[in-house]
Amino acid sequence: MFVIRFKKFFIGLSIFFVLAAIASFAIFKLPLGIDFTGGSALDVEYSGARPTTAVVSAAIEHAGFTNSLVQPVGEHGYMIQTREVSDTERAVIVAAAASVDPKQTVTQTSFTSIGPSVGKELKSKSIASIILVLIAIILFVAYAFRKVSQPISSWKYGIAVIIALVHDIIIPVGAFALLGHFYGAQVDTLFIVALLTTLGLSVSDTIVVFDRIREHLNGSKAKMPFPELVGESLSETFVRSINTSFVVLVMVIALAIFGPDTTRLFAITLAIGMFFGTYSSIFLASPLLVVMEGAQDKKKK
Amino acid sequence: MLKRRIIALVVLVVGIVLGYAVIRSEQPNPPAILAHHPFALGLDLSGGTHLVYEADVSQISAGDIDTSMESVREVIERRVNSFGVSEPVVQVQSGGFGAGNSHRLSIELPGVTDIEKAVALIGQTPYLEFKVQSDSPQQATVGADGKVNIDVTGQFVSTGLNGKYLQQTRLVFAQGSQEPIVELHFNDEGAKLFAQITKDNVGKVVAIYLDGQVISAPVVRDTITTGTAEISGGFTPEEARALVASLNSGALPVPIKLISTETVGPSLGAQAAHAGVNAALIGFGLVALFLLVWYRIPGLVAVIALGLYVVITLTLYKLIPVTLSAAGIAGFIISIGMAVDANILIFERAREERLRGKSVSEALSAGFTRAWTSIRDANTASIIIAVILFFFGSSLIKGFALTFGLGVIISLLSAITITRLFLRALPTPTASKAGKFLFSSGFTNSK
Repeated sequence: MFVIRFKKFFIGLSIFFVLAAIASFAIFKLPLGIDFTGGSALDVEYSGARPTTAVVSAAIEHAGFTNSLVQPVGEHGYMIQTREVSDTERAVIVAAAASVDPKQTVTQTSFTSIGPSVGKELKSKSIASIILVLIAIILFVAYAFRKVSQPISSWKYGIAVIIALVHDIIIPVGAFALLGHFYGAQVDTLFIVALLTTLGLSVSDTIVVFDRIREHLNGSKAKMPFPELVGESLSETFVRSINTSFVVLVMVIALAIFGPDTTRLFAITLAIGMFFGTYSSIFLASPLLVVMEGAQDKKKK
Repeated sequence: MLKRRIIALVVLVVGIVLGYAVIRSEQPNPPAILAHHPFALGLDLSGGTHLVYEADVSQISAGDIDTSMESVREVIERRVNSFGVSEPVVQVQSGGFGAGNSHRLSIELPGVTDIEKAVALIGQTPYLEFKVQSDSPQQATVGADGKVNIDVTGQFVSTGLNGKYLQQTRLVFAQGSQEPIVELHFNDEGAKLFAQITKDNVGKVVAIYLDGQVISAPVVRDTITTGTAEISGGFTPEEARALVASLNSGALPVPIKLISTETVGPSLGAQAAHAGVNAALIGFGLVALFLLVWYRIPGLVAVIALGLYVVITLTLYKLIPVTLSAAGIAGFIISIGMAVDANILIFERAREERLRGKSVSEALSAGFTRAWTSIRDANTASIIIAVILFFFGSSLIKGFALTFGLGVIISLLSAITITRLFLRALPTPTASKAGKFLFSSGFTNSK
């Protein structure tokens, strides 16, 4: 199986992507959205051609809302993001956006305001749920593979899964930092959901391969050298992994292209996550098992 | 064989009928039986306003918090209903995972896009409270800037008697001066409390606070056991009338503060719903095409099973009902992809078995039995995540977790049982080249 033969290359590729993602994260940082920082977001739509971002931005600034963010939305609209505002202040913002071009009517299509305490709470909830998911998955994998201890002990499957999971989280985070820097994307609760869903799908893929290894270790191929056995298991499940991920990816990309605006970034994050999640299941987790077995062998000798 | 075919046919017919019912119930003028089950759309799809208030429960004892929050909910709900909002949802959200000791009221107002009006409507709900002089009044202090600071709020303490105990409020006019007076009638419990308070504070001031402001601070002359209190706060008749109306529609036992609002215009919501349906249809079409090309006859069966999965899921959304939001639709769309997973696992397994020399039908049945552990373990992880996300809290995420988790569970059942049922009902494939081709998968490996 070529994956095992060139395992150093594939693991190296993973390390490269992880390092690139960390670099992207360190340079661009994750821009937190109002879900986490508190603040408000107001969508307005112009009846005709919308004025330029700079003009609208200046009008909002002039109305007394400094540090606001104005981003184009759809064909005629803008999203104006600023600190938490009262309802009268909201009306002031809409009026300011309308004052730019008196010939057009401006309608407010959506408005969200989140208090700082809610943001803080969501932040801690998100971190808690990521940790909870990781712990739950590790426990589950350890439980599912508790009876497999030859030639490597069952907790090592858990380690391979954890490394793959960390890989699956870091890469979308790095990619999102890049998206945030160049396209103004912001981390919201849906981003966290995308990350966690990615983890679920990636772990499912990894488990299918490990399940096959488990089956072979308990079956007729038990005598086979471990790297060959892993390679065999991989090649047997390879088409399935690719096909399944492909099908889910088709749905996610359909969601990204044709779906509602609110879930577009979510779908893009998920697509990136799915891609690297599938990669880690095939090209990272299983080769890692072989590497761990090799290290163990050397020690014995 | 005949029995299997009949069952398969029945399942297929039931699926078609359900599918027709689902589509018909979303069209204009559905038959009466279907009209009661429209999709429950979240505010982000139907348009509307979502307000979250935080209650300040610092003044009441821990044991009373739940009943107080419940009465806040009742008061607000009555007020919202009187406003004529269709199907408002008013819920108490207390504490919970990661939320600490917060006590919140979540108010969903479908169709209301005028926040100003909505906030004003709820904001007018009065918060009435009786306070007595503190035993340890705070001393005035002189600040560094030479100004005298007196903390007025510190001079009075809460008594526990508040708007919750009001039974009725009336407007009367004082004899002679014709000054408007607001007459408060407490319920039995409130009357007892009021009697105790007046008994303990004869000769002292009992202050009546409305929305945090003192509106009247009479000196108690005697114990009042009738359960009636009067506010003569120098109102104009109009002010007094408005206050009476407002108190009669319910007064809050605790003060509340608006902490988050969300409004989505109806056209934006409709666009989002439309886009969600489009994405689902296009995705389904592409996946079906892939299954047909790659897995041929079993692929066709998988597409039918997938169609049944979609119909069953949508029917459940209507019957439970599951409130669909953009995130919920996303969860559903992803679950369609996941629903294929089990079938792919089975077909790939069957292909392997066939390569080992088993006949097509033997290989298929071996595929079902041997792929099961993988399917189970792989889906368990997704279910764990859906459960954790569901308890993660915010309604957005709950919507996703529910459709995603429900999808994984339903697909686990439907993909396996339905696919197996149909595959067994099909005629045994012949050993001819065409027969083998139709029941095999992929291109390079089909022997």
